[in-house]
Amino acid sequence: MVEKVHVRTTLNGEPTEFLVYPYQSLLETLREVIGLTGTKEGCNDGNCGACTVQVDDRIVDSCLVLGVEVEGKKVTTVEGLATPAGLHPLQQAFLEEASLQCGICTPGFLVASKALLDREPKADEHRIRHWLAGNLCRCTGYDKIIRAVQKVGATSKPARATAAQATAKRRPAGARK
Amino acid sequence: MVATRKPATGRPVNGKHNYKVIGTRPIRHDGLDKVTGRAIYGADIKLPGLAHGAVLRSPHAHAIIKKVDTSRAEKLAGVYAVITGADMPKADNREVDLGEGAANLKWASNNVMADDKVNYRGQPVAAVAAVDQNTALQALGLIKVDYEVLPAVRDVREAMAKGAPVILSGLVGDDLGKKVKNTNMARHFRHEFGNLDEGFKKSKLVVEHEYELATVHQGYIEPHNATAQWTADNRVTVWTSTQGAFAARRQIAGILRLDDSRVKVIPLEIGGGFGGKIPVYGEPVAAVLSRKCARPVKLLMDRKAVFESTGPTPGGTVKVKIGVDAKGKMLAADADIRFESGGYPGSPVGAGAMCVFAAYNIPNTRIDGYDIVTNKPKSAAYRAPGSTHVAFATEGVVDEIAEKLGMDKIDFRMMNSAKEGTRRADGPIFPKIGHEECLAAAKNSPHWKSKLVKNGPNGKKRGRGIASGYWFNIGLKSVVTISVNTDGTAALVEGSTDIGGSRASIAMQAAEVLGIPAEDVRPVVVDTESIGYTDVTGGSRTCYATGYAAYNAAQSVVSILKERAAKLWDIKSNDVDFKDGVFFNKSDAELKLTFKQLAKKLDETGGPVSATGSVDLSAAGGGYGIHIADVEVDPETGKTDVLRYTAIQDVGRAIHPSYVEGQIQGGAVQGIGWALNEEYFMDQQGRMSNSSFLDYRMPTTLDLPMIETIVLEVPNPIHPFGVRGVGETPIAPPVATIANALYDAVGVRFRQAPMKPGRVMEALAGKK
Ligand code: FES
Ligand code: FES
Repeated sequence: MVEKVHVRTTLNGEPTEFLVYPYQSLLETLREVIGLTGTKEGCNDGNCGACTVQVDDRIVDSCLVLGVEVEGKKVTTVEGLATPAGLHPLQQAFLEEASLQCGICTPGFLVASKALLDREPKADEHRIRHWLAGNLCRCTGYDKIIRAVQKVGATSKPARATAAQATAKRRPAGARK
Repeated sequence: MVATRKPATGRPVNGKHNYKVIGTRPIRHDGLDKVTGRAIYGADIKLPGLAHGAVLRSPHAHAIIKKVDTSRAEKLAGVYAVITGADMPKADNREVDLGEGAANLKWASNNVMADDKVNYRGQPVAAVAAVDQNTALQALGLIKVDYEVLPAVRDVREAMAKGAPVILSGLVGDDLGKKVKNTNMARHFRHEFGNLDEGFKKSKLVVEHEYELATVHQGYIEPHNATAQWTADNRVTVWTSTQGAFAARRQIAGILRLDDSRVKVIPLEIGGGFGGKIPVYGEPVAAVLSRKCARPVKLLMDRKAVFESTGPTPGGTVKVKIGVDAKGKMLAADADIRFESGGYPGSPVGAGAMCVFAAYNIPNTRIDGYDIVTNKPKSAAYRAPGSTHVAFATEGVVDEIAEKLGMDKIDFRMMNSAKEGTRRADGPIFPKIGHEECLAAAKNSPHWKSKLVKNGPNGKKRGRGIASGYWFNIGLKSVVTISVNTDGTAALVEGSTDIGGSRASIAMQAAEVLGIPAEDVRPVVVDTESIGYTDVTGGSRTCYATGYAAYNAAQSVVSILKERAAKLWDIKSNDVDFKDGVFFNKSDAELKLTFKQLAKKLDETGGPVSATGSVDLSAAGGGYGIHIADVEVDPETGKTDVLRYTAIQDVGRAIHPSYVEGQIQGGAVQGIGWALNEEYFMDQQGRMSNSSFLDYRMPTTLDLPMIETIVLEVPNPIHPFGVRGVGETPIAPPVATIANALYDAVGVRFRQAPMKPGRVMEALAGKK
């Protein structure tokens, strides 16, 4: 009989504990165990980016990471982007630029874009396209997503990036099941 | 006429009208929930006592089910219910009207749960409800199915070949009105006009080619999902992502043999559909599981199942022959369109036939359409279903004729363009349409006027292509209710799934009438018991028809409010006028009230004000688009890059220009994927071998340039604001556009889609 594992993590800035089976993905953990359904599932095999979250300094496809792997780590999901003071500039830009149609890809794009701009606030169009190539959107043709990221990048103050964020790397961790 | 790309929020894009709200770019009402992760999509629903389901699917493309043994699965701890085809209510052999096409209920039932035969790999044969997902999946492994495997029919050619295995033994095909048995051909119809032979005889130049397209998928990022609860009073509640709650209700009720009103469909947010979320899949299955275990049951489809058992849009062949006189005037056109419908009849070949020659004025035409059953998933609508296929053929032939005549590509199209009064080949006479305006705008566009350097770096070859596309758009039924709040805002209740910003564009049309800001109308999409019958979000009808219903409801609200103002001022309501959001006394300019001021006085003038607008529109006004692409081909690898892309479209009236542009960009990009990469790879046994997003290669950010849009407004004479459908037209031209650009680049006319690197390499080798 497989037993649940006790995991301690920091989720969107708050200390969080949960019990999870060792076979449950981080995506399933977030959605089914913790109840944060903002992170979406599009494929469950690492090919759409709808489930993108940040774990410490890396962004990962949460469907490729196990829930038990975030023990002692910091996890940021789309629910952690806004603060009581307001929306993250990327959230605001996505609204203003009409960067979402159905919106299912939006949480993944927001988390991935934030990681890029935290690290490279002045990323150009090609860099943005390169960084976001792991996130699929079937509705928008990407044009308005790229523009929103460019807009925030252009107006951002470089000082915003913290040391940890500045080393954020594109997609690694997820061991394929 | 041309909407600039990015005016500031709140500024009209078109100086030619005086609308206050229409043409501005407010933030969509549902946007905040969607950027913060709060919006509840189908998979996000949680209910007390929820059981988790899983579906066992056929590993074979074509097989007889001899026996299903579920006994071991039933005994597994944590399993609540197991069902097979035998548990499904026996559906009638009748058709239900879904708004966009009809569905035979027996086949619809077999499609969601097979009884004695599977017609495609991935077809459901059993389902389980259990305490959790893991247990449900484990139970599937304990179900034993004995199949007698039959040879698979993989495409229209195989299906029509002599001696082909007959997939549906009960199928009676209709061959131009004649009944045929023992066939895979469900339907052959013909539209004929004028004298075709005469037309071709008079022609100085006739070009004829056959085109072939692979099967492709809609590719929405959210997999299908369904949660159902069947309660003891024989009522079923379903939570799902669907393009139409009422269409889902009708299908579910039909399959379950219940009256429509016994089924309540609660539409949750939807993660894309493009036509593929009009049919139901897991909904009736979850309901039958729920009846058996007396709990709500949730079914989530995985991506592999989405590819293998939903969608797709058909592969098939399109043969087009066009004849012109010495000056280039089209005299005759003939088309033969054959689409695979998948495991059950019902491909969009009828729609393809309506679109094939719709861009042109041709006096003599004949169009043959064939709906052909194959061992693939039952095809579903995909954005302008059928139009992309036929545009690939027609626009390829048109491009070739223009070249052979030495005529400019746009001038040749303009000379033959359909316009107001032209008869579409299948019958209808066009009202005011905008194909000529699109062509003129294309000719004037910065893209078309720019010079393309034909030689790229490292021996790469560049080319430019252009093509037209058409979609007829539909009208149908919508209901909208508007209630005035005493703080001067309004609540708008509608039944149209919001798949990409339609709450905003519907609310804006109401706000325009009421003379209040878009933000002051709060739109909400509700379940099938909370609004009148509303057809699917499909056919590019939502902004048009539901917008029309919102317009009507808002007009009724205004007339009730006039009565209220009259009461306050003690005059006749005829003496009250309403303009720019202000009610005023015609004969005393001093007496006036804004909408907001009057709303505050509802309680003293007779109580709440609400009104319903209801429409059933037969026509919608066709939409045209012209696309221009610059491509660069790498002769070393056969890879094609899109360097620049412009989409020009007549939208009638852009209610929210950002979402209009978004529809055009999204449709264009789906078409680019279709042109260059996407296809179902079927092995000898009819099994899809690329059923993941890794191997079914949809365009990513890195594959694309920005998509330039030129939005034209040739108002639709039959809509109060001039709206035409927008969403579907943009997927019609891209495959042809890319093919024409490839020809310009490498001198080969591609007549098979996708134009993937291997195919390009083969063509280049053949040229040498
Ligand atoms: S769900 Fe698609 S990458 Fe994780
Ligand atoms: S907005 Fe629908 S998938 Fe991106």
